[in-house]
Amino acid sequence: MKGIVGRKLGMTQLFDQETGALTPVTVIEAGPCPVVCVRTQAVDGYDAVQLAFDEVPERKLTKPQRGHLKKHGVTPHRRLVEVRGVQGIEQGATVTVEAFAPGDRVKVSGVSIGKGFQGTIKRHNFSRGPVTHGSHNVRKPGSIGASAYPSRVFKGVRMAGRMGGRTVTQRGLEVVERDPERNLLLVRGAVPGPKNGVVVIREDS
Amino acid sequence: MSNVIESIERRQLREVPRFKAGDTVRVHFQVIEGQRRRVQVFEGICIRRQGAGARETFTVRKQSFGVGVERTFPLHTPKIEKIEVGAIGDVNRAKLYYLRSKVGKKARVREKQFR
Repeated sequence: MKGIVGRKLGMTQLFDQETGALTPVTVIEAGPCPVVCVRTQAVDGYDAVQLAFDEVPERKLTKPQRGHLKKHGVTPHRRLVEVRGVQGIEQGATVTVEAFAPGDRVKVSGVSIGKGFQGTIKRHNFSRGPVTHGSHNVRKPGSIGASAYPSRVFKGVRMAGRMGGRTVTQRGLEVVERDPERNLLLVRGAVPGPKNGVVVIREDS
Repeated sequence: MSNVIESIERRQLREVPRFKAGDTVRVHFQVIEGQRRRVQVFEGICIRRQGAGARETFTVRKQSFGVGVERTFPLHTPKIEKIEVGAIGDVNRAKLYYLRSKVGKKARVREKQFR
């Protein structure tokens, strides 16, 4: 397992110089991520590495954050992310985009764009009712259950509510290009989250 | 747009002649048929240019056997061998969608008179 933390910069497209085929790509500025600490099965009960990302001035961090990073000898960073199952990396090492090569299959996690309070049509792909013939049932959710039995609404019935703003993982993406000089990874296809959103790139098994 | 994305797009830009909607263009376009590749010419009036950077596209409209044919090309695709600009059109719009509903003599674009 490999992992790195990055920032989504946006999307563009690449031409294949031979065939002229277009590839949609997401540009991600990833790393360099210092390894803050290593979790092991023996001590912590699971295997993972904690990566730091997004260097900031010391005054931007809280005292506990500062203390934690200072203890492990890492300069102040805003984001700390644990990636499970990474092996063979020591504390104090730095993960860069060199960990990934073009052609690698990856999965990318990010917080999806928040869409606010949305109805069932947008949120759960419900159908809408007729808009003519005196119908007032245009965007209503319809039945949410039976009556006398069970006399309540079952848990988990799909209704209107907050949409987006949760962690989404897109699997099966492919690294198209990397640029170690500028810490860039170009991934084929779209990636969850807004521009400048923090994303975690992991190997997809 | 981010500077990084701009630089990625800039390195893909190719030299293209200046033309805009209303101009008559000849697009020399590579067609791959199995192993062979040959060049096809698509000539007509450019009715739209859309997008920016490496993602810019343009649409060419022509009459072929009495049927209107439109083709949209990515402006910077390596499959375009060259673009020849013929007549410079005198139009008052950036998008010439009105040509679609015109037939015959009305579906022409006046040529620009330079004085």
